[in-house]
Amino acid sequence: MKTVVICVLFALLSPAFAADTPVEFDNPAKRERYETLLEELRCLVCQNQSLADSHADLAQDLRNEVYSMVVAGEDKQAVTDFMIARYGDFVLYKPPMKLTTLLLWFGPALLLVGAVIIVRRTTRARRTGATPLTAEQRAQARALLESNSDQT
Amino acid sequence: MRYAIPIGVFIALVAVLAVGLKLDPRHVPSPLIGKPLPAFTLPELGSEATLSAESLHGTPRLLNVWASWCVACRVEHPLLVELARSGRVPIVGLNYKDARDDALGWLDRHGDPYERTVFDHEGRLGLDLGVYGVPETFVLDRHGIIRYKQVGPISREVLDDVILPLLDELGAES
Repeated sequence: MKTVVICVLFALLSPAFAADTPVEFDNPAKRERYETLLEELRCLVCQNQSLADSHADLAQDLRNEVYSMVVAGEDKQAVTDFMIARYGDFVLYKPPMKLTTLLLWFGPALLLVGAVIIVRRTTRARRTGATPLTAEQRAQARALLESNSDQT
Repeated sequence: MRYAIPIGVFIALVAVLAVGLKLDPRHVPSPLIGKPLPAFTLPELGSEATLSAESLHGTPRLLNVWASWCVACRVEHPLLVELARSGRVPIVGLNYKDARDDALGWLDRHGDPYERTVFDHEGRLGLDLGVYGVPETFVLDRHGIIRYKQVGPISREVLDDVILPLLDELGAES
């Protein structure tokens, strides 16, 4: 029981620690660049984690690579390009806009427009009465109305 | 028919999801296809010799990334040994992030299908090749251009349906 409690407490604590080993920078701008990059790059082994979160060996290697590039004064674009040249666009959490990713970028908007059109059509149909009366029904309705006015 | 649109949308959605289910999320298209093998200067595993990208030019080759700690490498290894024995294509090994003694011991135990093995202890060439799931296999043409990349163990199907036909094609180019 004690072990369980301790485990739970540690599990609650863990988000406070990043997976990477502590690193040092000579200026805060570099640190910020490094940290942003780690958040925006994906670990290829455990695909739903960023480099910052992942404990995989590969993630550690890539963190080291990002670190040495940032320390050497490379800008964000240079590091991103370095990663894309090796691992492809997949390494980015935010995919670039190009022909093959148009559906990814605009698909949700298209779905929304489609949904709005369908909803408007159905509600309009409902409001105006979707099925017009047949001649027979019309005659029947008229007869009912007339018999009603006779009584008053 | 009033249900035509909803049913159509439903069928389209099912089709899209069915295709999506069949895709392998671990398959990441490599940006290196059509690019030359990255430059490197690394020692050979079993000797003092130094290997470079240029030393792999001249004929189509397979470059197989492996390590003694890699369990899946053992799965594909018999196939590589068989392929090397058939003499169809020289296979170059890339020993990735391994210890020299472990790697040599592993080759002793499981057989050595490699023409030569590049010893990439630091994983530097592996990084330049975008290696993320050992074993990986690259098909190189005679100019050292990467023509195909296989992530994960080579199966007999991949070998027969993709790699060998591609090698025939590359052989015909020369």
